Amino acid sequence: MKSKTIKMHFSRKVFAYPYMAFLLVFVVTPLVLILINAFVADGKLTFQNFVDFFADSGSLTVLGNSLIIGLVTTVICLAIGYPVAYILAKYHAGNKVFVLLFILPMWVNFLIRTLSLKSIFLSLDVPLGMGTVVFGMVYNYLPYMILPLHTTLLSIDHGYVEAAEDLGADKLTVLLKTVLPLSVPGIISGVTMTFIPAISTFAISELLSNRQIYLFGDSINTKFTVAQNFGVGSVMSLVMLVLVIVANVLVNVVNKEDSVRSTL
Amino acid sequence: MDDKIIEIKNVYKSYDDKPVVKNVSLSIRRGEFVTLLGPSGCGKTTTLRMIAGFEQPTEGRIFFNGQDITDLPPHKRNINTVFQKYALFPHLSVFGNIAFGLKLKVVPDGAPYVDKKGNEVQKMRRLTKKEIADKVNSALKMVDLEDYGHRSVNSLSGGQQQRVAIARALVNEPQVLLLDEPLGALDLKMRKDMQLELMSMHKKLGITFVYVTHDQEEALTMSDTIVVMKDGVIQQIGTPSKVYDEPANAFVADFIGESNIFSGTMVKDCCVEISGNTFQCVDKGFKRNEPIDVIIRPEDIKIVDVEDKKCLLKAEVLSCVFKGDHYQVTALTYGEEERNEIIIHDNVKVETGDTIGLYVKPFDFHIMHKSRLINTVEGVIYEQGVVEFCEGRFPCNSTLPEGTNVKVSIDFDDVELTDDEEDGVIGATVISSIYKGSYWQYIVRTDDYYDFFVDTEYEWLTNDRVGIKVAPDKLIVEAADEKQDN
Repeated sequence: MKSKTIKMHFSRKVFAYPYMAFLLVFVVTPLVLILINAFVADGKLTFQNFVDFFADSGSLTVLGNSLIIGLVTTVICLAIGYPVAYILAKYHAGNKVFVLLFILPMWVNFLIRTLSLKSIFLSLDVPLGMGTVVFGMVYNYLPYMILPLHTTLLSIDHGYVEAAEDLGADKLTVLLKTVLPLSVPGIISGVTMTFIPAISTFAISELLSNRQIYLFGDSINTKFTVAQNFGVGSVMSLVMLVLVIVANVLVNVVNKEDSVRSTL
Repeated sequence: MDDKIIEIKNVYKSYDDKPVVKNVSLSIRRGEFVTLLGPSGCGKTTTLRMIAGFEQPTEGRIFFNGQDITDLPPHKRNINTVFQKYALFPHLSVFGNIAFGLKLKVVPDGAPYVDKKGNEVQKMRRLTKKEIADKVNSALKMVDLEDYGHRSVNSLSGGQQQRVAIARALVNEPQVLLLDEPLGALDLKMRKDMQLELMSMHKKLGITFVYVTHDQEEALTMSDTIVVMKDGVIQQIGTPSKVYDEPANAFVADFIGESNIFSGTMVKDCCVEISGNTFQCVDKGFKRNEPIDVIIRPEDIKIVDVEDKKCLLKAEVLSCVFKGDHYQVTALTYGEEERNEIIIHDNVKVETGDTIGLYVKPFDFHIMHKSRLINTVEGVIYEQGVVEFCEGRFPCNSTLPEGTNVKVSIDFDDVELTDDEEDGVIGATVISSIYKGSYWQYIVRTDDYYDFFVDTEYEWLTNDRVGIKVAPDKLIVEAADEKQDN
């Protein structure tokens, strides 16, 4: 019997192998390559790539721009997305069609979406620049903000709203003191799903600003494909990775603080 | 008159044309403990939610201290609710939950004064942090949770959450506290304790409690007044002992406590006949030979020796079960016409098959008018020999011409129910059943909401779908009065 259970255990593990192989080849290996490339210049182990990147004020400006645009995009998405998600959850609770209308853009390839947006801007004689880039980003990432918010708002038990009303809260107070705090998990996942892709994006900025505005993602892209500078490109990828990890950690901290607050 | 704190006047409520509450009128005195009691779906919770303001009546008005509050939103009513699932805010601590209402409250600040234009002005202010903390702490003390203020509501047990919910409502010093099946989620032991605590809280605070439950024992224990509801209609309003001892109809008797319900005839004043046996009772004022329902509580029946001169009736014991403080005896009466099953609670042990004598005091025969003597429904002659009612076409022996509006009467035991809906002329749903000693009385509701009363010896369950058919010679078809034809 014992050997049989071991065998079962073993055979079940087998199903994980393809995915592990996939991870190894397409995730771990590239990461290792990036790590190696970052410390190698002219065939020698060196910190030269880091020096090159951090000494280049141009690269740092691009990084700063990316963070600012990511932040602005996220704030605008939240400002538009929350009311939309709230109204959808409140008045069309059972109506999937309205939700679908807001999610539909996600089904179109984002390059096609961005190119059509560009044609619209051009036909309307809108000058391409910072404004159009932010517009394009908001347009692309808004569904990622609305969807988690909508799900969270829908799941809030109407009993809480009634309890708040019963205790003397008018409609606005119910929204601010009950619905908003209860939807914090949705806000957090919406922000994560918007901010992290927004800071690492490329192509949107390139297309919608006629290459005037370079974001970090674009600049990594150019380092590899145009300048063929794998070393500095790898360093930039690592910086990106660190930023994403930091953003995730921050979100987790906020999340944890929230649950700690409710236990206190 | 002014001791009435809540008055509900002719309130109707329907959802999508489906009536849930039908013409409910109710006055609640200040300081009273009123329980709305009934099976699920009887409209008791909807009535409570209309008092709280979460639902608007379709028709009728609700008054609070003499003021019409029908259209007042819930947050402006000086009424608080303890919800069935507590609805404690998970993002707030126990303290935060209880302080929620206090933080929103405004109180008069200083004495009113007269401004330049001659209007009397009352400055208002919010409560200070200290005032809120004091009130919350005394509320926590009241529910025995003094040290729990900082705790998360999710870390509390069901009973503790229940106490927080009560404290959260009571801290606002409402004039009326509404409780929507607040003890439903607790285990039996906890429920009993909370019942006593709620009763002592009610006594101490002196505010009005309106309590909703489907648990008849809870209602009998706690209330000053019980309002028994069924199908959106109030069946009886009375004190617990009145509702128990003098149920208004067979439904109330069946719902509250255990009871033996028989069909009988009022031979004359103080004399009732059940299945061929006549008994002395104390009820008067019924018509001669009026068919009535007789209710006898199991504990009001005494087992006596068959030779005893007190013996009114002999019965054969079918079973005898010990229930802790009494024996529950099921017996079959010996009768000239039909034999009835009867349940007796007594502290004598008897053996199955024994013949026992039964004695009931005249006072303990509860005689009630039958809620209906015959099913009467309006219909129309579809063609000669076929009458249409309740969206079904029934063959009949009437010779009235086609198109005549008619009144169709069918005796309870002439309505035939069929297991298969297809076998009946029309389909219907069983909505209630009462055992009457030797047969079941069902109320079945057709798809166009007519309720048929049906007497049959066969057993169905509530919510079963059945078919209805009637033998042609059992259909009593009469031309309708033209006056009613509008």
